[in-house]
Amino acid sequence: MDILDSLLMGVTWADVQSWLPGFWNGFIISLEVTAASLALGIPMGFLLALGVQSRRKVLRLASLALVEIGRGAPALVLLQLVYFGLPSAGLSLSAFLAAVVAISWNTGAYTSEIIRAGLDAVPAGQREASHALGLSALDELRFVILPQGLRIAVPALMGFAILVFQGTSLCFAIALPEIVSRAYDIGSMYFYYFPALAVAGLFFAAVCIPASFLVGWIEHRAGAYARR
Amino acid sequence: MTWGHLVHIAYGIPLTLALTGGAFFVGAVLGFPIMLLRESSFMPLKVAMIAIIAFIRALPPILWVFLLYFGIGTGLINLSPFVAAVAAFGIIAAVNMAEIYRGGMVSISAGQWEAAHALNLSRLSIWRDVMAPQMVRVALPPSATYVIGLMKDSAIASTIGVAELAYRGKQVSQMSFEGLLPFTVVGACYIALSLPVAWLSRTAERKLRAKVAR
Repeated sequence: MDILDSLLMGVTWADVQSWLPGFWNGFIISLEVTAASLALGIPMGFLLALGVQSRRKVLRLASLALVEIGRGAPALVLLQLVYFGLPSAGLSLSAFLAAVVAISWNTGAYTSEIIRAGLDAVPAGQREASHALGLSALDELRFVILPQGLRIAVPALMGFAILVFQGTSLCFAIALPEIVSRAYDIGSMYFYYFPALAVAGLFFAAVCIPASFLVGWIEHRAGAYARR
Repeated sequence: MTWGHLVHIAYGIPLTLALTGGAFFVGAVLGFPIMLLRESSFMPLKVAMIAIIAFIRALPPILWVFLLYFGIGTGLINLSPFVAAVAAFGIIAAVNMAEIYRGGMVSISAGQWEAAHALNLSRLSIWRDVMAPQMVRVALPPSATYVIGLMKDSAIASTIGVAELAYRGKQVSQMSFEGLLPFTVVGACYIALSLPVAWLSRTAERKLRAKVAR
């Protein structure tokens, strides 16, 4: 018990309870950043997936650059680039907006690869059949390729959504008061680092453990469909 | 931004590589026994391992870094920022490598086990001569992808003051009153560092595949 005592540093239940409203607000901020980044990032990923396959060179290279930087640079560096870097280019964003911009970019870059893999997985015969039926390029994409390709991509996209939620913890670096920042503040104020960080961990565990089992189950079912 | 600033950032590269290499080493070594325990036929052990793996993966890396550096570091044993970061990323790498190894093991057809038993190979020999070579081939590409991901995650160590690439990038942005260029340079460094890993993985995979095809 000595070890536990020195980790808990005499924290009481009353202390933990007094932190909960702050943690809850941080949790809501994390969820908001996640939702906004997914809502912007996944459509962006879709456009980038089409962009990297475009026949127009400028469009293709621009898409490729956005994808490779968004995937290749650490999310933390993207956050700092947007938050600390853009002001020197004359564009100051709030911490929340900067977080959404950076994480959407990151999300767009990763999901473009997931979506591209999904679209590529549609059998070539489907495209040939669309040509044979005289569908226009747009109709082929809209009615034939997308419904099948996106269905393949869904489990991977859901898995990535969990990573996006975890990634919001990086917003600590730009002083957005999300869950980890709250824990850090409590730690630095009262020296209750371990208890505060442990509570923050419980918030993540409560969301991510059920979510990842759900995604695993959906992946398994999607696989079962493919095996049949 | 001056040349001096650029050099200052470049000095972070060895530390980024050391963080990544150290964490990957811890993960690659611990990942194997974790995988074996997770695949244990003793149910309580298997369930416990699945729960532990799920829990470790559920918390974001920055939280593990803080838990080890601030949480344990202030109450229990004092860890240097570098050691705390390697330990945190090592723990995360271990469970992820265990999943990658497991993918490798699952991919080996049951006939290989049966054939190895039929040949009366010892347990050691089954693992060393039959399983490991086949597992490596399957596990190599995802491991390389994981190393690259780990290197990007290692930027998080900058939050506890490890003077690697991201930390120095921020320092330079504060020194030079510029934001765009230093962080762009740092981002480019990470991309440049991941290219040889990707290339090495592709080459190794091709060589290993050629060996099987023969």
